[in-house]
Amino acid sequence: MARVVGGLTTSHIPAIGNAVPREKELANDPYWKPFFAAYPPARAWLQKMNPDVAVVIYNDHGLNFFLDKMPTFAIGAAARYENADEGWGIPKTPPYQGDPELSWHIIESLVADEFDITSCQEMLVDHGFTVPMSLFWPGNSYGGIKTVPVCINTVQHPLPSPLRCFKLGQAIGRAIESYPKDLKVVVLGTGGMSHQLDGERAGFINKKFDLLCLDKLVNEPEFLTKYSIHELVREAGAQGAEFILWLAMRGVLHGHVTKIHSSYHIAVSNTATGLLVLENAA
Amino acid sequence: MSLITHHEVPIPGTYMFDGRAAMKGYALNKMCYSFNNAENRAEFKNDEDAYCTKYGLNDEQRKAIHERNVLAMIHAGGCIYYLAKFAGIFGLNVQEIGAQQTGMTLEAFRQKLKDQGE
Repeated sequence: MARVVGGLTTSHIPAIGNAVPREKELANDPYWKPFFAAYPPARAWLQKMNPDVAVVIYNDHGLNFFLDKMPTFAIGAAARYENADEGWGIPKTPPYQGDPELSWHIIESLVADEFDITSCQEMLVDHGFTVPMSLFWPGNSYGGIKTVPVCINTVQHPLPSPLRCFKLGQAIGRAIESYPKDLKVVVLGTGGMSHQLDGERAGFINKKFDLLCLDKLVNEPEFLTKYSIHELVREAGAQGAEFILWLAMRGVLHGHVTKIHSSYHIAVSNTATGLLVLENAA
Repeated sequence: MSLITHHEVPIPGTYMFDGRAAMKGYALNKMCYSFNNAENRAEFKNDEDAYCTKYGLNDEQRKAIHERNVLAMIHAGGCIYYLAKFAGIFGLNVQEIGAQQTGMTLEAFRQKLKDQGE
């Protein structure tokens, strides 16, 4: 049977997409050093776990989806996913391998579990998906990993609540663990932490709240599911609502997890960056 | 906590991109979404007015675009995820947009970000 070996969360700021191909030359750059220094332990853990599949829970920022049709929960069911021009010049990444059979199993299981999913046989993946893949698989060495993109709407309010996203994660976890193939699956939750790009409150960061989230997400995620989207926006900023993607990731894991690594840094671009590596209980 | 967010206490300086904003800003956001494509960016740069007409922008939206005024675009129904693609045409990053919206110099805006880490 397939098994969820653990989960990782990371910020996915577009500026990282520009910096990541230059990681070596930026190793001693005062701006980037504290950010990149956090990643080697996460990569080492991934290498040790050697997963076959990455389920990537992210948000699209207007590459694949526009407001004409905005699914709350969309899942890729393609054999291959491409990145494309997002309009501001991040280098395009090489394509990603899909696992349509596993995707359809997850979609079928989720719909049976009362989550109404938009299935996508064609899907462009944007920086919310690509930046974490480049961070965790340096040099874009993700060629051997199959991926299942899970896209949650954070663009058009109303957004799904933190509780709903956590439950979606739990349902994805049940789906994966009922898949008959012997696969090791890792789950990524991308985005965050606190940041706000728009309005007179642009530049808002809330270190206290971020550290609370990093702490509670490990052993008490239910605490965080009590927030409404409005409360999350107030505490984490307009785009800090991306924290629902982290909660969905946590839902996929079992109740008990081991924290392997975490990091927090202010700021890259306008965003407080966070990294968390959780190993699932066997 | 209520199920519906319409009557929540507003968060100062923060705009929820809800259905009302989506209706108001559809043409503006659709134009900005088109800037994923390099040919469209070139077409816009070549004749901004004609491009705004093609997408059916209203006077408020055209004025905001003409003045490169991000707050005015938001008031006209713009969603930041699409507006960022407009800003990208001019090589403006989110810190520069942030400085503009908060009326700060870029240096002061960067310092504000940094200070929140203390």
